[in-house]
Amino acid sequence: MSSEIRYISHPHPVTGVTNSKLGVWCFLASEIMLFGGLFSALVMLRGGSTNWPHGFEVLNVPLATLNTMVLITSSVTMVLSWASLVRKDLGKYRLYMAVTVLLGLAFLVIKSFEYGYKFEHHIYPSKSTFYAIYFTMTGLHGLHVIGGIIVNAYFLLPGSKLWHKDPEQFTGRIEAAGLYWHFVDLVWIFLFPILYLL
Amino acid sequence: MSHHTHAPSADHGHHGEHALPFWRKYIFSVDHKVIGVQYTVTSLLFLFFGFCLIMLLRWQLAYPGQPLPLIGQFFPETQMISGIMLPEFYYQLGAMHGTIMIFLGIVPLAVGGFGNYVLPLQIGAPDMAFPKLNMMSYWLFFIGGVIMLASFFVPGGAAQSGWTSYPPLSNIAPPGQTWWLVGMAFLINSSLLGSVNFIVTIVQLRADGLSFFRLPFFVWAQFVTSFLLLLAFPPLMAASVLQLMDRVAHTSFFMPTGLVVNDQLAQVSGGGHPVLWQHLFWFLAHPEVYVLILPAMGIVSEIIACNTRKPLYGYKALVYASIFLGFMSFIVWAHHMFLTDMGITMSAFFQVTTMIISIPSVIILTTLVLSLWGGSIRFTTPMLFALAFLPMFGIGGLTGLPLGLTASDVHLHDTYYVIGHFHYVVAPGTIFALFAGVYHWFPKVTGRRMNETLGKIHFFFSFIFMNCVFMPMFIQGLAGVLRRMYDPMQYAHAQPVQPLNEFISVSAWLLGLAQIPFIINFFGSIWRGKKVENDNPWQATTLEWTAPTPPPHGNFAHPPVVYRGPYEYSVPNARQDYTPQTAKEVL
Repeated sequence: MSSEIRYISHPHPVTGVTNSKLGVWCFLASEIMLFGGLFSALVMLRGGSTNWPHGFEVLNVPLATLNTMVLITSSVTMVLSWASLVRKDLGKYRLYMAVTVLLGLAFLVIKSFEYGYKFEHHIYPSKSTFYAIYFTMTGLHGLHVIGGIIVNAYFLLPGSKLWHKDPEQFTGRIEAAGLYWHFVDLVWIFLFPILYLL
Repeated sequence: MSHHTHAPSADHGHHGEHALPFWRKYIFSVDHKVIGVQYTVTSLLFLFFGFCLIMLLRWQLAYPGQPLPLIGQFFPETQMISGIMLPEFYYQLGAMHGTIMIFLGIVPLAVGGFGNYVLPLQIGAPDMAFPKLNMMSYWLFFIGGVIMLASFFVPGGAAQSGWTSYPPLSNIAPPGQTWWLVGMAFLINSSLLGSVNFIVTIVQLRADGLSFFRLPFFVWAQFVTSFLLLLAFPPLMAASVLQLMDRVAHTSFFMPTGLVVNDQLAQVSGGGHPVLWQHLFWFLAHPEVYVLILPAMGIVSEIIACNTRKPLYGYKALVYASIFLGFMSFIVWAHHMFLTDMGITMSAFFQVTTMIISIPSVIILTTLVLSLWGGSIRFTTPMLFALAFLPMFGIGGLTGLPLGLTASDVHLHDTYYVIGHFHYVVAPGTIFALFAGVYHWFPKVTGRRMNETLGKIHFFFSFIFMNCVFMPMFIQGLAGVLRRMYDPMQYAHAQPVQPLNEFISVSAWLLGLAQIPFIINFFGSIWRGKKVENDNPWQATTLEWTAPTPPPHGNFAHPPVVYRGPYEYSVPNARQDYTPQTAKEVL
């Protein structure tokens, strides 16, 4: 008995969280520092520049607005998938999780149209420091979206076997995945106005 | 409680232990003890390798331009021509020495090695909270290390812009720098997984009765360290991504407009800022200093309490000081940048915070020194190393004050004084503490003691030669000798102190020889060391000594319950001079 790790599916009575939930919060704190570092770099580069373009003059705001809507909607369906598990409805969970994964993919497709349009006009990161930070930050965010899609797809298909063995642990995993997905959404909520609207 | 628990994985239960094949049990293991030993052995090898790099480099400083005898002929012409070291190779040795010692040697040994092995035992947990992440953390570290080593063999050699990789120089350096950045990405992610694991383990998996203020100071030190790793490393990741973009996608994050390279205008869009790298880099690298020193303080305080047979003086002061230290370490980074264009107001701010952060450091050192007062000290090998840590760290800390003040830093910046200062902190400081830890916990890991005579030979020679290496550097630095100079005779003002370079180099090579007793002792004692009489050979109080020796998978036969604080030594009216944390009543 002693070799078993406690608080995997049930919260610790004092801290009120499971191991995985605390772990994800710590991980997100680290992620905030990662994007925080990049946002600080953006502030410093922009502050030191004399000819920084306005995002709305050079970037495709309507597409980005659409993408914002797509990502926010996916956050909503992510919550709904978790809420379905809390209500013990695996079928609804699968539906909402599938929509979340599809919306994530839709975000990437729209984003790739945006990138493709820029590349067609020979606009690469090396063109100016504005495009450099634009491609770097949206690219890194895109990698986070891809990571989230992989995790969500895993929980949609093979990972959902855990539901039959330990529904509570599985629900906890979806909640943790949801926290990450909301974070990815939140980063975009900051990126969108700062890069496209200012 | 039992029906609320789950094994880490189905095939890794208590009874499945013997069924595991060799490669699952010893190579891709999820057991924190195996991973701790893997980290320890790997990082000791990296420490030795990093030391060899600098022993090579010291030849050029002692005897500039002379062929290296015996081994010089074995180096390819890209590194040495008929035994004479090329400047490019000299700078590779310097940059990779720093990188390997810090990121592949000391941090993995202090956190990955000691933290992984000792911490779950000290809090009475069966394992880390996320065993699979723990394994992944080690293998990311391993891959990062392999990439760093492999970078010596790419065209143009390994990174050569210093361990700090300042642009624009690093942006235009040969491909080895790209390998360095990719290797760092692996190491950063490894430490991220490790720190998440440590924090969750300490918060969630403490044994019943083990409140935060009953934790051994070692656990507290690892706790604060984990927060530093968690929050300080990501900005370096951001900086590495930006530098990688600069090198691969030809962006200009760190390339200013109008930069001239080799008498030609650099073909970049410009508009970047080299100092931006320094801000992001030092935002990691200053907390990193405390990542190097806090676990060392943790190890030393365990050993001092056990070998003085009395409680630590001011345990709570130690805890509060280390938390404050951790917090402050995030707002002192720009004291490495007084000579940039950041301005006097910024310098004044960081000068003040730097002076403030010396207060908790002094509190910690003072409590450890006061802990010796009135103790009946056992001068065992681990205790000798722990005792030597105190004055060595003291010298390192005090010589840092003139560097934290802008006026004196203008003279001392980037001189050998800086090298002497931080090596006193990490070499005879942290590395001595790590040696102390190896000698102290070796009996728990292997069931055998290390040899005391060899240990004392190792200690006394290391102690003498460490000081012979680093003390003269202060003199050279005050004379104005700059670091990272291929030709030490280049400037007239450096020539009067050139004889010291020969003295330092010879001492460094002798210091290398002084490690032979340790290597013999370490490997010899695994098979031939004196067997321990019981599970608690040092008569210590903390939980790891109540576990079987060596601890089996799952650590404890029964989940331990804690009734008292970590350092109840020499309790008045007790029959024995130590009362374990698990003792319900004073024995």
